[in-house]
Amino acid sequence: MSEPILQVHQLVKNFEIRASRGARKVKRVVQAVSGVSFTVSKGQTLGIVGESGSGKTTVARLIMQLCAPTSGSVTFEGRDLAALKFEEMRQLRRRIQIVFQDPFASLDPKMTVGASIAEPLVVQREPGNHEERVTELLNLVGLAPDHARRFPHEFSGGQRQRVGIARALALNPALIVLDEPVSALDVSIQAGVINLFDDLQKRLGMSYVFIAHDLSVVRHIADQVAVMYLGKIVEIGPKQTVYEHPTHPYTVALLSAVPVPNPSVERARQRIMLEGEVPSPVNPPSGCRFRTRCWKATDLCAQEEPRLVQRPTGQLSACHFPE
Amino acid sequence: MSDPVLLIRDLRVTFDTPLGELHAVRGVDFDVSSGELIGVVGESGSGKSVTFLAAMGLLPPRAKVTGSVILDGEELIGANPRRLRSIRGRLMSMIFQDPLSALNPVHRIGDQISEMLQSHQKISNRDAATKSVELLDLVGIPQPGDRARQYPHEFSGGMRQRVVIAMAIANNPKVLIADEPTTALDVTVQAQILEVIQRVQEKFGTAVVLITHDLGVIARVASRVNVMYAGRNVESGIVDSLFDHPSHPYTRGLLNSLPRVGSERLEPITGFPPNMLRPPIGCGFSPRCQFSQPACDAKLPELRSFGDLQTACIRAEEIVVSGAPVR
Repeated sequence: MSEPILQVHQLVKNFEIRASRGARKVKRVVQAVSGVSFTVSKGQTLGIVGESGSGKTTVARLIMQLCAPTSGSVTFEGRDLAALKFEEMRQLRRRIQIVFQDPFASLDPKMTVGASIAEPLVVQREPGNHEERVTELLNLVGLAPDHARRFPHEFSGGQRQRVGIARALALNPALIVLDEPVSALDVSIQAGVINLFDDLQKRLGMSYVFIAHDLSVVRHIADQVAVMYLGKIVEIGPKQTVYEHPTHPYTVALLSAVPVPNPSVERARQRIMLEGEVPSPVNPPSGCRFRTRCWKATDLCAQEEPRLVQRPTGQLSACHFPE
Repeated sequence: MSDPVLLIRDLRVTFDTPLGELHAVRGVDFDVSSGELIGVVGESGSGKSVTFLAAMGLLPPRAKVTGSVILDGEELIGANPRRLRSIRGRLMSMIFQDPLSALNPVHRIGDQISEMLQSHQKISNRDAATKSVELLDLVGIPQPGDRARQYPHEFSGGMRQRVVIAMAIANNPKVLIADEPTTALDVTVQAQILEVIQRVQEKFGTAVVLITHDLGVIARVASRVNVMYAGRNVESGIVDSLFDHPSHPYTRGLLNSLPRVGSERLEPITGFPPNMLRPPIGCGFSPRCQFSQPACDAKLPELRSFGDLQTACIRAEEIVVSGAPVR
């Protein structure tokens, strides 16, 4: 494996919320991310999959320093981001960019698309001709130069997402965090945007953290895959091994729940039907957080939290009774 | 195959908008028989939801609906509103993507199901309450007796969707229309809800129409499928045939744009769907189609038999014979 660009170590994020119990207000803690560690190598893609409430978006926000971790560290190009002074962090932001899920909410409706794409250049006081750079960026993401003068409402969802990507590319970042970047798009459009991510990575060599709930999309684009459940990584490793030889029961169940667009395969499939839904992150189960829905759970799982252990197939998984 | 319980013929829906007439549905034929689960697939704006909202008589007055919708021998287009109200929820029910908007936040779940029962049947409060608990049990809600006394906010997304299904099937309808019922749910919960829908279909012989954009969901639960594009039905048939040898370039395009194991590069469909304010004279897919010829733009292609499929492509023979790839 090549040189690491991003290292996340034992990242924890708790959100304090006020809940009401009748007339009484009580403080509760949402354990959104609970000890997540991973490494992203230069030019590689780490896919993070998980259901709602698994903490994947909070991980994205923590990497971007959009919120401060409760504990743990994010190291980017060898520097601990939490230790940086404000101005240093501002400088470093040009190296890490993010693309959001909703292409309708992430562009200012009153700014032309060109102005939106140029905004990072302005904020970072980039010298040179911004107009030229915008044209270059529009070309890069498959839009026409005259699109710069138009407003977001004139674009389709897929085109807006391309604008968001152009803006993220403006400062030549080394890492882009992609938070559900194709979930809002129709499948026929989605394919084009995924291809664009592939092409850009080949051409510009940046790394991606690709967050999605769609397992087939992540399988297509990622090199490494992390499966999250209730704020923890339950399995992480090279894409092939995680998808072909999953060792954590949750990964097995998740893969089996995804419908495959092939009727004969679907009929022949053995499906593992998980019961219930993801428990609340306010009060996660003791021990293994998946145990309340796991068909293999024993007393041990309630008492002792399983640690991530290397499996013979190469990936790490956190289970007392791996497959 | 038994006689269709729901029969749609030449359904057309236009909306009056400030920009002109929007042609959302442009002549759709459709039928579904008892005990059958049919998938309707298409992308945003293809007219798949509008078709069935029109069949249910749920479109706003500014929508102009023509054609024929026959439910169990009775014509619904032009039927009086009172008659439609008596049919909806009794003979034909519909569930939606967002279950919360179908539930009243200030009434207990059990009471809401009872209301559904009592608006269509002469049934005592006590019997309705008992039946409500039975229905909750049927859709797989644990401790149904206790849950019936709770409010919608106390239910999770998946559980709410189960409640809405319980309400929809309370009067044992002949047709259940499910519009993207699992789109907002996580995959593990989606699998559960699909199972509940299948159970209803098998147990009561309900005809189910499942509207979705997810071809995987179709492959899992549907026996037949209709593919919609630009307000038209472009291809339909048995799922196996349609997935195995699709005849319409749009269906091929959809299947090819999905990420699959071992595929290095995805094949998107280029371009955009047509503007439905000014729908094309010919095939709606023609501007995005690699097989398009001048004849395609000359007139709107009708659905016709092609092997074991129905296709709306005039070049289906050549395309299939030429062996254009479908992965």
